[in-house]
Amino acid sequence: MVDASVFIVSAAIIILGALGVILSKNPVRAALSLVASFFGVAVLFVLQEAHFLSLVQVVVYGGAIVVLFLFVIMLLGVDKAENLRIEPLVGQRYAGVLAGVGFCAIICAGLFLSGPGGEDGAVALTGTPTQEQARIIDATTPDINQLATDLFGRNVLAFEATALLLTIATVGAVVLVKNQKKPVPASVAAHSAADSENSSENTELDAENEVDE
Amino acid sequence: MGDPYLSDGVDLGDVLLAAGKAVFAFTVLLVAVMLMVWFERKVVSRLQNRIGPNIAGPFGLFQTLADGIKLFFKEDVIPTKADRFVFQLAPYLSLIPAFLTFTIVPLAGDFSPGGSEGRVVIFGRETFMQVADVPVGILLFLAMSSLAVYGVMLAGWASGSKYPLLGSVRASAQAISYEAALGLSLASVLLLSGSLSTNAIVQVQAGEGFLGVVPNWNVIVSGFVPFIVFLIAGTAELNRPPFDFVEAEQEIVGGYHTEYSSIRFSLFFLAEFMNVVTLSAIMVTLFFGGPAGPAFGLLPGWVWGFIWFFSKLIVFLFLFVWFRAALPRLRYDQLMDLGWKVLIPLSLVWLLILAGIRLAQPDENGVSLLQVSDNPTINTAYFLGAALSVFALGALLLMVASKNARDDRLKSMGLKAVAIESAEVN
Repeated sequence: MVDASVFIVSAAIIILGALGVILSKNPVRAALSLVASFFGVAVLFVLQEAHFLSLVQVVVYGGAIVVLFLFVIMLLGVDKAENLRIEPLVGQRYAGVLAGVGFCAIICAGLFLSGPGGEDGAVALTGTPTQEQARIIDATTPDINQLATDLFGRNVLAFEATALLLTIATVGAVVLVKNQKKPVPASVAAHSAADSENSSENTELDAENEVDE
Repeated sequence: MGDPYLSDGVDLGDVLLAAGKAVFAFTVLLVAVMLMVWFERKVVSRLQNRIGPNIAGPFGLFQTLADGIKLFFKEDVIPTKADRFVFQLAPYLSLIPAFLTFTIVPLAGDFSPGGSEGRVVIFGRETFMQVADVPVGILLFLAMSSLAVYGVMLAGWASGSKYPLLGSVRASAQAISYEAALGLSLASVLLLSGSLSTNAIVQVQAGEGFLGVVPNWNVIVSGFVPFIVFLIAGTAELNRPPFDFVEAEQEIVGGYHTEYSSIRFSLFFLAEFMNVVTLSAIMVTLFFGGPAGPAFGLLPGWVWGFIWFFSKLIVFLFLFVWFRAALPRLRYDQLMDLGWKVLIPLSLVWLLILAGIRLAQPDENGVSLLQVSDNPTINTAYFLGAALSVFALGALLLMVASKNARDDRLKSMGLKAVAIESAEVN
């Protein structure tokens, strides 16, 4: 009863937030709706007794990442309505629709396979848990310990690979900014120096995200 | 784990108790804020050789109340260019996180040896003297401090005017920069306590310390560095002097709250002081043992906890006022340098060192997690050496990198020539 009502309220917040993200004309309001949506997801995590995950959701996504979005929006002054006719990548709309329908189909397939009760559906989507996983997924251990055991034990290679990938991306970003070798007048040069400082900030920001994730 | 009164189902009484605790904590916080505003004005005045508020009430104690009433009756102005909805929402976005953080702070309780481990009995229910003992306790503080920036950011943006926008861009940059240092210095404490729950963190610190005389406070056990980093990063998160770029009145008028008036302005004002009290309370909890301290009889044990907690709190409140009166504002690039090039690497390295020691130390069975040598001292020295050499390597890399970046910058600005000329003159 309590679970169901919490789920309905937070699901409504998630969906309304998601609608707000795609329907707001103003980027800042879209970002705000995104925060609301993230909050709803965090509440759902609490409902599943994944306390750590829910707060990480708030800290990383609700806090750091959307703040970064807003920072960029405000700094670049793009908080105006955009011309939606321009399509930067050819056919991206169709691809987007296709991906959305496909994702929805996967979720629905899981739901239909599971039928009432829901246990089978989870198994159908993720496979039967191995003995080792079943040992980790034990209701008595706090979720932070379960996550740590899984992430730094079984999946440590994937974890490190992700970290490496993020580092490569940030180094790439720095290289792209640094390689703008064109003669600049002194007044502009001071400006670009400030820019390059910004980019080094971003580098470390991403490093921070990497630590968080 | 968790508050004892919630362990066996939830009935109406439990709900009422939770609500009562929330109301009590809110009242305590509001009164503390009121006194804090008075305290700050009074202390800053004395430090500047003035008298400060002295008319309203004894010692001017009611000055805050008078100001609050005045603000309530002022006209509420919303600029024409403002985004009305966000403009009206923003003050609450900065007020609510400030209060929510306070809910995880243990305000009182008997943590002395042989005491009740912080439990008290209220209306026949055993509970802790804090609104909520969340299993992920201290992460809530991080989450709320990362949300608090929304109020400031959105206020500045929604005002639809230039200086507030500058203030909010500064706020977001500052918050992102210093949150990392804040989180990393926190991690060192969590490493020592082995728990995220604030009650457990206080519990560990209430234990017997070095030689039985020195308190087992995290500030000492973690080697002072995390505390200093936390204090600096915390001051920056609060946007207090010397890091008050967000509302630097000499540069950007009033920053994010320039366009606010009446009750909405007072909400920002309230949130700011609430944050000061809350952060001080968090620091007392994390580093100075919270309400833990000896009970001397006469009064019930939990009252001694209350007394200890508030005496420690006042020290920090004074510290923040002192900062304001004594330290000039940094330059913006100094702020960024301090955050990114000093505090984050330092806290990262300190975490590494503490983790190294932790790995090497034998547990109660005499076996350490990682064993290189059978001699515990050599084992510890080994890991400490490894951590320190990583530190040295990192420091070297950082120094080389920042020197290179600086040279590049000077070259691109055409300043290298100047440097060489002056060298030739010398």
